Amino acid sequence: MSADGMIIQGRTGDWEVVIGLEVHAQVMSAAKLFSGAATAFGAPPNSQVSLVDAAMPGMLPVINRTCVEQAVRTGLGINAAINMTSVFDRKNYFYADLPQGYQISQYTQPIVGEGEIEIVLADGRRKNIGVERLHLEQDAGKLMHDQHPSKSVVDLNRAGVALMEIVSKPDLRSPEEAGAYVTKLRSIMRYLGTCDGNMEQGSLRADANVSVRRPGDPLGTRCEIKNVNSIRFLMQAIDYEARRQVEVIEDGGEIDQETRLFDANNGTTRTMRSKEDAHDYRYFPDPDLLPLVLDPAEVEALRAALPELPDAKKDRLMADYGLSEIDATILTEERETAAFYETAAAGRDGKTVANWLISELFGLLNKTGRGLADSPITPEALGGLVDLIGDGTISGRIAKDVFAEMVETGQAADAIVAEKGLKQVSDSGEIAGLIDGVIADNADKVAEYQGGKDKLFGFFVGQVMKKSGGKANPQMVNQLLREKLDG
Amino acid sequence: MSLDKATVREIARLARIDVPDQGLDAMVGDLNGILAWVEALNELDTAAVEPLANVTGHDLPARADTVTDGDDAARVLANAPDPIDSFFAVPKVVE
Repeated sequence: MSADGMIIQGRTGDWEVVIGLEVHAQVMSAAKLFSGAATAFGAPPNSQVSLVDAAMPGMLPVINRTCVEQAVRTGLGINAAINMTSVFDRKNYFYADLPQGYQISQYTQPIVGEGEIEIVLADGRRKNIGVERLHLEQDAGKLMHDQHPSKSVVDLNRAGVALMEIVSKPDLRSPEEAGAYVTKLRSIMRYLGTCDGNMEQGSLRADANVSVRRPGDPLGTRCEIKNVNSIRFLMQAIDYEARRQVEVIEDGGEIDQETRLFDANNGTTRTMRSKEDAHDYRYFPDPDLLPLVLDPAEVEALRAALPELPDAKKDRLMADYGLSEIDATILTEERETAAFYETAAAGRDGKTVANWLISELFGLLNKTGRGLADSPITPEALGGLVDLIGDGTISGRIAKDVFAEMVETGQAADAIVAEKGLKQVSDSGEIAGLIDGVIADNADKVAEYQGGKDKLFGFFVGQVMKKSGGKANPQMVNQLLREKLDG
Repeated sequence: MSLDKATVREIARLARIDVPDQGLDAMVGDLNGILAWVEALNELDTAAVEPLANVTGHDLPARADTVTDGDDAARVLANAPDPIDSFFAVPKVVE
């Protein structure tokens, strides 16, 4: 296993990187975990705060049934054990964004136990990453430091919103694997509709535990990198941190177990808190909340109602449309992409549609910074273009021009082909006429070719294609040219 | 179980309670007295007894996922000293 991960070649030999991730995923729900206040992003300050969230004396938390179901569904989506009894604990610490003075969380008895997520890496390698647990907890409020010279200001709109903390086992061995894991987890939750996965808005954040060791050695001392809010930054932070640790050890130092912050401006990590300042959270069961007991029949009903998830969809696309694993993985990362693909590919050659979607349409959308939702080309229109290639109406070469025109004008492919007269010429008489013209114009080259300069064949093909305005059927041009020149 | 002075000082720090040094000895005595009293429970053999979390026989009550509260920043901020606009304001904390 270790041979597949990242190896850092230090001055004194090879080092292996060991990573575990804690992902905080905001539960998709209308109201908060323990109050009836709203969860929408971007509302005016403190407009979505109940007296429960503000921790007014005497307020009691009442759990949101949907948040519980969302956690269970997420657990089922990562093939995890569902704990029929779980317990809410108080995690005690003082901070200005936490009015209760404790976070309601789950400690010894989380709602979801061990599970597994399969990742596929760029080289096609598959790997199962263990999930240690998933628990429900409250988010904290938001602190802002730039509004006033001597004060920090607090908005409690986010305080009490439900989070799922999903803890991986230390099974990850490279920044790439960590990135693939978060991508896959995000994809599963978006399919399930349990977390919107929006990292810019903070709906998904990751903490990384990173350590290094000699291959085969026991685990080294780890550092925790807090609150990284993009997959790219996560990979950068891990890469930097692992190399930093190797350098410290090779210089004869020791790794201090500490919490570090990633600085996106220069791609480095720096100490946030050392072990001496580590929090002592003094967890204990929250006396305001009874244990959460699930009904097995309800859990089974949730399991039965799960949508088709990325792995199953990927396998099905590979089987039904003959796609490669890499293509199927790309097409199933987002449910909307898969739906677009399946609409476009219905009744058509799946591989051709996948190629056009991935290399042409995605290429265009990436270049213009748009998403598939803003695509200028509908799935039906893309399918229409592929139809014209399939039945020989246009060549793949002309299809690229038609595609560009479709993007420009929003017209259907067949209308563009008809209007611009781009229909492929497959009439052998017409092509033969073009070839005769080229041969007549290039008598010297014909002589050279027939004298043994084989490479000139391509020149003739090019001339004929040019004469046809790119519309001649390339296979027929090749065949007829051979007959005329070699015959 | 008995607490020493350093532990009591640490607990006070975690709880953000300011206990002056001259008050620590009395506090150690008080806390150890309380602990000794609770430790009377250790005389019972509870090896075969499930932890008791629920004396009511009721299940955890739950709510539907509907917005029923909020939209009243003024009420939430009513007790806050010196709010800024609709924010709570605290001495600057930057980590």
